[in-house]
Amino acid sequence: MALFSRKKSNEPVKIRLQDVHKAFGTKKVLDGVDLEIRTGESLVIIGGSGTGKSVTLKCILGLLTPDSGHVEIDGKNLSTLSHKEHDEAISQIGMLFQSGALFDSLSVWENVAFSLIQNQKMNKQEAKKIAIEKLAQVGLPQSVADSYPADLSGGMRKRVGLARAIATNPNVIFFDEPTTGLDPIMSDVINDLIVSTVKTLGATALTITHDMNSARKIADRIAMLYEGKIIWVGTVKELDKTTNPYVRQFVAGSATGPIDVEVKVA
Amino acid sequence: MKQIDFLVAIFSETAYSSFKNRKDLPVNTLIPFVNKLGQVVLRFLRSTGELGLFAFDTLYHCVTPPFYGKAFIKQFIEIGFYSLPVVALTTLFAGMVIALQTYSGFASMSAEGAVAMVVLVAVTRELAPVMAGLMVAGRIGAAMAAEIGTMRVTEQIDALYTLSTNPYKYLIVPRVTAGVVMLPVLVLIGDVIGICGGYMIGVSKLDFNAATYLINTWEYLKPVDIISGLTKAAVFGFIITLLGCYNGFHSQGGAQGVGRATTNAVVSSSILILIFNYIITELFFSI
Repeated sequence: MALFSRKKSNEPVKIRLQDVHKAFGTKKVLDGVDLEIRTGESLVIIGGSGTGKSVTLKCILGLLTPDSGHVEIDGKNLSTLSHKEHDEAISQIGMLFQSGALFDSLSVWENVAFSLIQNQKMNKQEAKKIAIEKLAQVGLPQSVADSYPADLSGGMRKRVGLARAIATNPNVIFFDEPTTGLDPIMSDVINDLIVSTVKTLGATALTITHDMNSARKIADRIAMLYEGKIIWVGTVKELDKTTNPYVRQFVAGSATGPIDVEVKVA
Repeated sequence: MKQIDFLVAIFSETAYSSFKNRKDLPVNTLIPFVNKLGQVVLRFLRSTGELGLFAFDTLYHCVTPPFYGKAFIKQFIEIGFYSLPVVALTTLFAGMVIALQTYSGFASMSAEGAVAMVVLVAVTRELAPVMAGLMVAGRIGAAMAAEIGTMRVTEQIDALYTLSTNPYKYLIVPRVTAGVVMLPVLVLIGDVIGICGGYMIGVSKLDFNAATYLINTWEYLKPVDIISGLTKAAVFGFIITLLGCYNGFHSQGGAQGVGRATTNAVVSSSILILIFNYIITELFFSI
């Protein structure tokens, strides 16, 4: 494992966040996030609810614009790119949304093949064939291809979301809370799928989660976000040895510690 | 001096904080109200600006490729074809009631001959475009706000971005284009049906001679009546679809947010339709 990480540490940086700030009104969400994700590694950002994990992802994707600081992909600063270059940089990223975010007006295979049909102008038969292949990769039978997202269970929807995210063979995949809302067994299935698909594609992966089991399974490195800053980065092994009280409290899942949780007891 | 203090208190946040603890000043009872008023005005200005930018973005994406053909066809059918029954029924009854009303009014002045003309002018200039506009606002505007709003709160719009598809091009441009093109078509059909409604009542109930009624209608038919009605329809189509999309696109906060977006879309587009109806009439017919 150590050898593995060392090898990764020589890889070029794929995504870099430098001093990223983002506030909504008076509420500061990101307060100077610095983070590097190297090509081919799987980085997991952990942190409590409302610490800005999703906002970080959205800033990288360009769905939100940072108030200050910048985001680089392949060494190119996103804010200085033209529209077209920006779209190109973003198009190498696939994303699995927390709730799947499948288009409910389209059938499962049309969801998976969306980008192939709309952007790559692939013909329908060919696109459907690829969609079915991708569905098989995430363990779904051909029979679900023609059903609609509303007919599927939560776990299946997530798998379809994963199939859609990998349909265009992206270089980078983002996972937004991939195991939230799933039972422990299905969570493990999704974790395994994430590990195997990332490996098959050789992609760089960025996952945000508060599920420690999932983080341990997926991560090469783990970063902890707290109060809008990255307060700790390290490998899974280092995670168990760290003396950082914030990380220890989060990993142990304890209510007492330096992390204040606002709870009103009636 | 007191008046100046009062103004300062209204216009500056810091002054407000130093004033608010002074119970002896009578203005303090007014401040919460003025504060609220200011918030409402600012919110109005902000959403007007947002809507303006949204309209500008939409128009920009209307003329730049890529275009999603299938999405266009779907919206043309949804707005044009499926709104036909509603528009046909409303304009039919509007034409009928106008014939009845003008007859009962004009008969006392022995001017029954004007019924055909009044029906023609009323239907083509006002009733068909406004009725069709309001009905389509209820039918299409609400549906758009609800659909796009749900897509927003379930992250489907974000998903479009990550699939390299611009949501303006995929969701909004087809809807707005379909609204601008199909509403005039609907109104043109509504014109014919409304005049037929007037004719039916005129001939069957008011004992007009069928041929005379038709000749009267034909003689009074002026292009400007039809053109002004169709211009209105195109503008209304733009208003309905733009506000439906805008409210859906900016909805937030789950089911409640989508509900609010739907209401806002229908109410605001209905009001704007009536306002623009006046403005366009003024432009066409003011002397």
